Amino acid sequence: MNDTATIAATPLSPTLAASGWRGLIADWSSDRQAFHVSWGKAMMWIFLLSDTFVFSCFLTGYMTVRVSTTVPWPNPSEVFALHVGGADIPLLLIAIMTFVLITSSGTMAMAVNFAYRRDRVNAATLMLVTATLGEIFVGMQAFEWSKLILEEGVRPWSNPMGAAQFGSAFFMITGFHGLHVSAGVVFLFVVAFKLIRGDYDKAGNYQIVEIAGLYWHFVDLVWVFIFALFYLW
Amino acid sequence: MNPVAGQQHPISLYLKIWGLLFVLSTMSYLVDYFHFQGALRWTLIIIFMLLKAGLIVAVFMHLAWERLSLVYAILVPPLCLLVLVGLMAAEGGHTFLTRLQFFH
Repeated sequence: MNDTATIAATPLSPTLAASGWRGLIADWSSDRQAFHVSWGKAMMWIFLLSDTFVFSCFLTGYMTVRVSTTVPWPNPSEVFALHVGGADIPLLLIAIMTFVLITSSGTMAMAVNFAYRRDRVNAATLMLVTATLGEIFVGMQAFEWSKLILEEGVRPWSNPMGAAQFGSAFFMITGFHGLHVSAGVVFLFVVAFKLIRGDYDKAGNYQIVEIAGLYWHFVDLVWVFIFALFYLW
Repeated sequence: MNPVAGQQHPISLYLKIWGLLFVLSTMSYLVDYFHFQGALRWTLIIIFMLLKAGLIVAVFMHLAWERLSLVYAILVPPLCLLVLVGLMAAEGGHTFLTRLQFFH
């Protein structure tokens, strides 16, 4: 307490008091805090911001190859149609995947709510439901990939339907998103397990559930953009 | 925001947003199902996409209740991406015209 008061009174003291690495840290932090949230939440937001740039670069790259090709782009509505009951229903699997992911976001939001009410059992259960929905999503994506690779002959360098860039853009964007979902499932399982075991009871701080939730909602958010820009465009 | 108390919002709010996201997803799916084409299609797709993204970020990720310093730190930097998109759209158009001229 006394240290803070001294620093506030004499602005030069932290630089004078510390040198080397400690001085560097003191100079950069200057005992100031810009974001009044816990470091874990601030760092998750900054990570998500960097991830936004990664996915945006993929989507921008996809846009660039799509507008610059002179060969017709394969129609996603037909490529991703499912044959059900003697008729082709466009984008059926993708629509189901979208609803599954939105539902998982809903259960995750409720898990955060229960965690802050210190209801460990309900919070962990809802997180497990979220993770299971995530697994279902990845499973359906694996089905979609196998169908495209084995039955339709789509490759990253060519496909029978049109522009060759379709395959590389598709596998890159949905593959990277699928990896994010898979990593999120592991993250959710770990946090739910620690929650049930009572690891967070000692400190009484359940914010890790909200931080895990931020990541999960971001994965859902990226899917919103992929669904609109890749599948519907 | 106190990290121990955290973001407390009624579950009914989440259920409403969940329902809205369902409706918006269905509507963007119907855009494809009914084969809307041209400007109407792109406008509807972009509107539904931005509405869904806004609901997720504002309510599910609680950004609507965070302090403005954090909100701007997260929302302003991605605007740089609009510059990238603009540049690459111009570049892509140029490549397309060049290809038309020399390879067709």
